Amino acid sequence: MRTKPVYLNLFTIAFPITAIVSILHRLSGLLLFFCIPFVLIILQSALFSRESFNQLKEQFIHSLCAKTILWVSLTAFMYHFFAGIRHVLMDAGLAESKSAARQSSYLIFVLSFIAAVIIGYKIW
Amino acid sequence: MVTIATNLGRSGLQDWIIQRISAIILSLYAIFIFAFWLLQANAGYYAWQELFHNNFMRFFTFLTLLSLVAHAWIGIWIITTDYLKITWLRLTTQILVYILLVFYVVWGIQILWD
Repeated sequence: MRTKPVYLNLFTIAFPITAIVSILHRLSGLLLFFCIPFVLIILQSALFSRESFNQLKEQFIHSLCAKTILWVSLTAFMYHFFAGIRHVLMDAGLAESKSAARQSSYLIFVLSFIAAVIIGYKIW
Repeated sequence: MVTIATNLGRSGLQDWIIQRISAIILSLYAIFIFAFWLLQANAGYYAWQELFHNNFMRFFTFLTLLSLVAHAWIGIWIITTDYLKITWLRLTTQILVYILLVFYVVWGIQILWD
């Protein structure tokens, strides 16, 4: 017999920062999945011919759309990368305590923010 | 009950291991590309051509692409089984994602070896 679904209003729950890190890790992963074709297009354009290479360069210098996609993809990648390292380190037993987990969560946000700013600066 | 016939590995543990190994390969590749971009001060068309005409680089890139496909599949599998409880909807999404990922592999081969 199927149990009735429980209604959880997510907007009323105060989530710990570790939960935020976790869901953002999942979200950034999903976003990166949708960025895969762009990465392949970039690789293809860069290697196909001199013309396509220059066209690609032009896009990244002038197109707002291309710059935004690039910045979003790279930021998502950096976040997913940092959170992923945290995952693997915790697997190995490092920083598993509640307080250490909270500290590493803040560290992830700081590192990702710094990365986002540096990448944004380089792109624009 | 969510049907569990679309996993990549033979067990949850194997998926867990595949995620970690593919993550390591992906990280190494990303770091390499970043280092190349950083150190090749004005990496023009020729620099990238030379790099990707190197057979080791082509292999490394393809290995990374395969790792990405495995890593992405497991990730998407987790998300679809968590949120898409309606079986036909979940399976259709998984099939589409699977076809897409195989397409990316073929595309990658074409980019690297054409």
